[in-house]
Amino acid sequence: MKITEIISALELEIKVDTKNLDREVRGCYVSDMLSDVLANSHEGNLWITRQTHPNIVAVAAIKGLSGIIITGGKQVEPDTVLKAQAEEVPLMCTPLSSFEAAGIFYGLTQKRK
Amino acid sequence: MKLLENSFPLKGGDFTEAGAASKEMRIVLAELGISQDIVRHAAISAFEAEINVIIHAVAGTLHYIVQGDELKITVTDMGPGIPDIELAMREGYTTAPEWAREMGWGSGMGLPNIKNNCDVLRIDSVPGEGTTLEILIKLAKNGPLT
Repeated sequence: MKITEIISALELEIKVDTKNLDREVRGCYVSDMLSDVLANSHEGNLWITRQTHPNIVAVAAIKGLSGIIITGGKQVEPDTVLKAQAEEVPLMCTPLSSFEAAGIFYGLTQKRK
Repeated sequence: MKLLENSFPLKGGDFTEAGAASKEMRIVLAELGISQDIVRHAAISAFEAEINVIIHAVAGTLHYIVQGDELKITVTDMGPGIPDIELAMREGYTTAPEWAREMGWGSGMGLPNIKNNCDVLRIDSVPGEGTTLEILIKLAKNGPLT
């Protein structure tokens, strides 16, 4: 599954569009604790979080995550957008809660099975 | 040719350059043909160490050097020091202030994350003076960290 295939279902507003938007997403990790994501997420995971500051981009780049979805209608900080562009990390926002976004994403992955 | 050694100044409370050291190391190690797993272990160690200084100290420095088949990351800071290193190594224990926790840091996983991603971690700390972390990572071109 690619991010481009879940834009509508997850009500995503694309903030940073990179060539990696077409990369294969391999599962999802939901956390607002950055060290937890550094320790436990896996390469290719889509990261769902309410954090908006620039450090989230460094975390995603180090772990090779497929993208970041910021939930709850929170607006992303301008510096975060600049860092995501530089690191080519896809960055999206959604009005959905983390719970709703993860639930819908999980449902989509189950349909594929 | 890329430097195989570099230093990065760190300033307490200033997150703008956080991750600069780990980013440069990722590029340097990848160009050396080091396996992706080890590059990731090194980057996590460096990033967590940077963040610790930014959260807890007034200022510090991160220095890295590739020597043969080993990467050495040395992080020194000017206080406040760690009174009980054993306690600080316990996952979940934190002394991070509220503002850092609101950013999603300060979950008490920083030092354990470093330990889990390197071969040797040495911590030398004097309360009131500062802390030095020495992180050693064996570099290999193939296979995961063992």
